[in-house]
Amino acid sequence: MSGVAATAGVAKPNPEGNGPKLKRVKQRLTSRGATAAAILIAVVWTIPTFGLFVNSFRPADDIRTSGWWNIFVNPQFSLENYGDVLFSGGASSANLGSYFINSIVVAIPSALFPIVLASMAAYAFAWIKFPGSNAVFVLVFALQIVPLQMALIPLLQIFSQVLGISGTFPAVWIAHTIFGLPLCIFLLHNFISEIPADVIEAARVDGANHTQMFFRIILPLSVPALASIGIFQFLWVWNDLLVALVFSGGTVDVAPLTQRLAELVGNFGRNTQLLPAGAFLALIVPLIVFFSLQRYFVRGLLAGSTKG
Amino acid sequence: MSMMMMPGMLAGAVPFAARGDFWGALWEKFGVFAIGLVAFIAVVGLVLFLADRAPKRGRDFLQLLAFVAPAMILLAVGLIYPAVRTTYLAFTNRTGEFIGIDNFVWMFTQPDIVTTLGNTLLWVALVPTISTVVGLAYAVFIDKSRGEKVLKSLVFMPMAISFVGAGIIWRFVYEYRATGFEQIGLLNQVLVWLGLEPQQFLINSPWNNLFLIIVMVWIQTGFAMVLLSAAIKGVPIERLEAARLDGANAWQQFTNVTIPEIRGSLVVVVTTITIATLKVFDIVRTMTGGNFDTSVIANEMYTQAFNRGEFGQGSALALVLFIMVLPIVIYNVRVMRKQKEIR
Amino acid sequence: MRSLTKRRLLATVSAAGIAGLALAGCTTTTDSGGTGDLDCSAYEQYGTFDGETVELYTTIQGVELDQLVESMFDFEDCTGITVDTVGTQEAETQINVRAAAGDAPELMIIPQPGLLQRLVEDGYVLPAASTVEDNVDEFWSESWKGYGTIDGTFYAAPLMASVKGWIWYSPAEFEANGYEVPTTWDDMMALTETMSGNNTATYKPWCVGFGSGDATGWPGTDWVEDAVLRTAGPEAYDQWVAGELKFDSPEIREAFDLVGDIILNPDYVNGGFGGVESIVSTTFNDGGLPILDGNCSLHHQASFYEAQWPEGTTVAPDGDIWAFITPKTDPTAGDSVTGGGEFVAKFVEGEAVDALQTYLSSDTWANNRVALGGVISANKGLDASLAGSELGRASIEILQGEDTVFAFDASDLMPAAVGTSSFWTGMVDWVVGTKSTDEVLTFIDSTYP
Repeated sequence: MSGVAATAGVAKPNPEGNGPKLKRVKQRLTSRGATAAAILIAVVWTIPTFGLFVNSFRPADDIRTSGWWNIFVNPQFSLENYGDVLFSGGASSANLGSYFINSIVVAIPSALFPIVLASMAAYAFAWIKFPGSNAVFVLVFALQIVPLQMALIPLLQIFSQVLGISGTFPAVWIAHTIFGLPLCIFLLHNFISEIPADVIEAARVDGANHTQMFFRIILPLSVPALASIGIFQFLWVWNDLLVALVFSGGTVDVAPLTQRLAELVGNFGRNTQLLPAGAFLALIVPLIVFFSLQRYFVRGLLAGSTKG
Repeated sequence: MSMMMMPGMLAGAVPFAARGDFWGALWEKFGVFAIGLVAFIAVVGLVLFLADRAPKRGRDFLQLLAFVAPAMILLAVGLIYPAVRTTYLAFTNRTGEFIGIDNFVWMFTQPDIVTTLGNTLLWVALVPTISTVVGLAYAVFIDKSRGEKVLKSLVFMPMAISFVGAGIIWRFVYEYRATGFEQIGLLNQVLVWLGLEPQQFLINSPWNNLFLIIVMVWIQTGFAMVLLSAAIKGVPIERLEAARLDGANAWQQFTNVTIPEIRGSLVVVVTTITIATLKVFDIVRTMTGGNFDTSVIANEMYTQAFNRGEFGQGSALALVLFIMVLPIVIYNVRVMRKQKEIR
Repeated sequence: MRSLTKRRLLATVSAAGIAGLALAGCTTTTDSGGTGDLDCSAYEQYGTFDGETVELYTTIQGVELDQLVESMFDFEDCTGITVDTVGTQEAETQINVRAAAGDAPELMIIPQPGLLQRLVEDGYVLPAASTVEDNVDEFWSESWKGYGTIDGTFYAAPLMASVKGWIWYSPAEFEANGYEVPTTWDDMMALTETMSGNNTATYKPWCVGFGSGDATGWPGTDWVEDAVLRTAGPEAYDQWVAGELKFDSPEIREAFDLVGDIILNPDYVNGGFGGVESIVSTTFNDGGLPILDGNCSLHHQASFYEAQWPEGTTVAPDGDIWAFITPKTDPTAGDSVTGGGEFVAKFVEGEAVDALQTYLSSDTWANNRVALGGVISANKGLDASLAGSELGRASIEILQGEDTVFAFDASDLMPAAVGTSSFWTGMVDWVVGTKSTDEVLTFIDSTYP
């Protein structure tokens, strides 16, 4: 019963998330106390970032000698830090734009590739019966824990000596794809395996083979899950420094924004006053992505998983 | 297979990026970008198309291969092989000689490393629990409330911040200045306003571990909240309605209907956060550098392998991390088995 | 492919205001046509190459990275070699990954001999070409060459250098209070005692900051090294570096005690920040700044600390801030200083690689680079007057001085397990008070591989 209801919601991905039924029975589980608690959590969670935001507008000397809240007593705003991050510093920072482009060129395929490959694999693990299917899936699941650092050397070896692509975008894409796959497969499998068997069965009776099933049933039903997992993967890639350091070769041709920002701080942590501004610039794109795709979260990732 | 050839073809294009010529480089980058996307789609499409048109005999197998092989090949190369290699290295020393379990003996006899193991357990116990509980509570509190989207975004925001950024943010919270000086860390300022002594939050052991854990909780709560919020919205209204008619109050509806309904999601959330917690090292690295008894296994592994060139000891630590995840893997497998039975 | 115009323009912008500079000749003659106006005579010896690229990997970042890149512009234009300078904080750890994966850069600027030694032992570093060795024989002292030589083979030429053990102070404050710059350690302690008479809630004679992320504690090792060099002498210092003299020996213990008399004494530290325990939570960048606010009078830190003073601070004998070298404990002993430096090592063979490595070991490069400001070098062909600051000139004179014994930063020479690990954490534990002097000494000894 519930399975069907949930699927109905998923089958017609409803951006607003409020199915007609939900709207009618708009029952609030929340009370005044709960609202107060929610606002308290929201405030506590936001204050640290807000402090950084304020500091990004304060002169270096003020950041060092007084707390950011003093800005309310002694308002002193300046855009100097942002100016320094964006425009100063001779030969290098004129390139901030280049690094920004690099980040985009790195992040989009690195979010897309694992999602596509993972949805295919997740479908196979969930709906194609084959010997050892469970064992292989458990293996994939367990691979999540292989520490990235331990995989760097062997992978770089292959990229530089076998494929000859180290220090190029494809190297970074492949690395991110590989490191993202286990979690993406795990999350998508959870979603795809919850699609009611009768839906799949009906298609099979109609004579659909696996490829047709994948494109006609699985993908359309999984849009919200694909979108939300895609967002997470995008965020992880966008904020990554380690993979970029190793596989991008660190040049202005390929290296992403995170690396440039880390460099801006300079030797021995000089220019620490630039960090708040830099961190905020790096934050803009993830926030845009989150806001623009947020609707998928509403009825998103695990809407189908209603059974324990 | 064919997946791996695609980047090889592209690689040649990159070195031509004109240095200093922003626009030329821009075109070239987007060229690589476009070729990459098209090539990927073409390869995947072709594989699926061929599987679709495969001869009747063996079609099932070929289709299975088409779906699973691309991911599995990448995983075999990029993770399984390194995992095997790491396992082997864990039993070798600096010069690559096989030394049996010496690295593990070393680990459990060094007081510093034992502390590190203890800290990791503390992280694994606290981060998933607190993040999930707070994330769930928050998701329930704001469910269908006015401004839900904004409230969600506020708690989600830390997810969009890199660990390095988080380190900077929290420095302005924990920063310490002695009594009598102007505080620049918010938490100490609050203590001073309350008439208390400022504290060295990141230095006074063992409490400093707690303050580092808070940073991780701050980041992961958004993840838990977003997933659980979606799950809550998937709870069928009829069930809640039925419970309400049976006279259940809000709390009873929550524990008797909502929780069982979202159990699957809870397992996923706790699992994912637990694994992320075991792997995290950036927070410790940027905030305390592992000093003051705050190191965790992932950080120690990095230090041993890359700062000291002790790949054997680093690998042994990686292996211990892996073993710590096993119970979670086993639990998830059991849950999955049950699900399959239900189906 | 390179846009010369743009780079010239940038060079002009960033070079503006720096006086007496060899590069000025080219920067003013912006020419979109190519290298016609550039005087390439100094670069003829390196030959010309057609579109070869050499990667130079380094931990240097920020403005210093830009200056490093700029110091090679003429070389690139005259030889046709493109230098791909990649600067990242993580280079020291990433080189392990890249070398092990067979993806090593052609050249790397290695920030400490300990790392060089390890990379050589692991078989990744190639011996330097004879042209490099010739330059080093000509322009560097025996001891500097020795840091780049392992088991009799010369691998890496020194690049830049720093003089450690400067003690920063405010000349104006000294004058107002009638303080004299101390010439012996005892004088310095007496001065400290006098100063502590002025202690307030915020003022203490010394300010100290050990904080530096995962390298926290290194400023403390500099303190100890300075004390060892002065009390035990250069020979004992070398034995200590070589591991022949243990930490738990009378000589090293005496040095720890000398340092402890200052930085563990709540009457003497930590001006502007709090008590002894605030040393570890204060970043080394902030460490000396309270001098400007009048919250402390003395701060021990290397020559590169000059860049930490806020914009507008004059660093000069009669300026806002000046520094003296940590005084001797034995007034009759010779002068000695500790210092650090960087080394350029080769990982991949190539003629263009050798050309660049040779250029970087030459006096031409040293002069080009020092003229851009911010750094110094121990290259004997360096014209000290090119240095952008008074302190730079003073440091170069010390490095070039025949009478001053130069001792390389001990922690940089020790095995990584000690020099970049237990020595650091030992200093942290010592200052926080979780380990006594005895415990710290035996702990560090126990970590020797």
